Amino acid sequence: MAEYPTARDGKCPFAPPAELLEHAPVAPARIWDGSTPWLVTSHAAQRAILSDPRVSVDEKRPGFPFPTRAMAETVDHRPLTIFNADGSEHARIRRTMTSPFTRNRMEKLRPAIQQITDQLIDKMLAGPKPVDLVTALSLPLPSLMICELLGVPYTDHEFFQEHATVAVKRDATAEESLAGMQALGGYLGKLISDKMAEPANDVLSDFATRVTAQELTLADATLLCMVLLIAGHETSANMITLGTAALLENPEQLALLRNNPEPPVVASAVEELLRYLTIPHLGQRRIASEDIEIEGVTIRAGDGIVVPLPAGNWDPAAFPEPERLDLTRDARHHHAFGWGVHQCIGQQLARIELQVVYGTLYRRVPTLRLAIGRDELEFKGDSLAYGVYELPVTW
Amino acid sequence: MKVVVDEEKCVAAGQCVSAAMDVFDQRDEDGVVVLLTESPPPELADAVRTAAAVCPALAIRIEE
Repeated sequence: MAEYPTARDGKCPFAPPAELLEHAPVAPARIWDGSTPWLVTSHAAQRAILSDPRVSVDEKRPGFPFPTRAMAETVDHRPLTIFNADGSEHARIRRTMTSPFTRNRMEKLRPAIQQITDQLIDKMLAGPKPVDLVTALSLPLPSLMICELLGVPYTDHEFFQEHATVAVKRDATAEESLAGMQALGGYLGKLISDKMAEPANDVLSDFATRVTAQELTLADATLLCMVLLIAGHETSANMITLGTAALLENPEQLALLRNNPEPPVVASAVEELLRYLTIPHLGQRRIASEDIEIEGVTIRAGDGIVVPLPAGNWDPAAFPEPERLDLTRDARHHHAFGWGVHQCIGQQLARIELQVVYGTLYRRVPTLRLAIGRDELEFKGDSLAYGVYELPVTW
Repeated sequence: MKVVVDEEKCVAAGQCVSAAMDVFDQRDEDGVVVLLTESPPPELADAVRTAAAVCPALAIRIEE
């Protein structure tokens, strides 16, 4: 019986594990608790499963294949959110969160994101070398960007950034993480209350207006804002860091990007990097609510289902020579943001951010290079979002 | 080519707008799709087919 997950090959840390790429399109694998959910690996089967209404995200159903013991043990502490609701309830919740993330609204953020990126690069270039790209750019950019979007006052940016970073720190203790979350939750709740009295043109004010109209409670609004913060923080940061590492490994592709900063080239490069890196790498978790016939097998009602997105993104039937980083290929049908009704709500924000960063960093720092050997990079193999812990760079 | 969108299915991902912004837009209040034209001109046909293919909710139907 195959195991899931398995370790990546140290020689090519960007590639998903070979066993995963060789797994049948739909076949069982054993996970941490000994259960054997269906592992769905081909691009086509992932599409079918993730858009099938008989596939549920309700983690309270018996047999739900949790990604970790901690998630399994804390299930009763998690309220109904966009992550674990199905059907019309999910649609209702999602529609309270989608207005801030439209393409048009994201485009309007582009100048602010460009400004923040340039300021962070200015600071990096004026500072000591080598420097860790994670602390200089990858983490602060999404944090400051979310401040901009939510409407956090500039004077509070440092408090916000400090507590947001604790939430994703690997060596934070349980007490530190909890304290950070509580401080952040308390702060966001107060800010929403303030904006109920004096709304501005930002996401927190949108939520405040809904609380005033009694469409949702202050507690739920605060929770939704925390979700936006955490979901969009480490993922974007990891893409900036890992994308830089991958481009430094592929100098021809890097040169292509650096020398051709036109929007269509940069946009295409972002989609290919999303595909190649597939940051959410430990399998989307589902459970069948009815029997499903697929790829010659029958998934029974109540069976767990795991969808490892990197496998779909490296399926040669969908992306020829998937191991090749090719910034000019059409990679728009990738699954880096998932697929189906739960597809990432912040995806357009992520895209604009990455277009700005990838379109700016290598142009402004054309001699950027790793300050340590590639073999010395430490990859976040066990983390829900793939990445590296540090990326020491110089120029 | 005739385009039909299903507002109930739409999850406001915005991918149709990225693929064919002359044919699709999003409502301000919830990001749900707005079809700008039912019968796009032939030069936009490929872009519209891409939009239908990248819609995660399968909310765009094309009648060729």
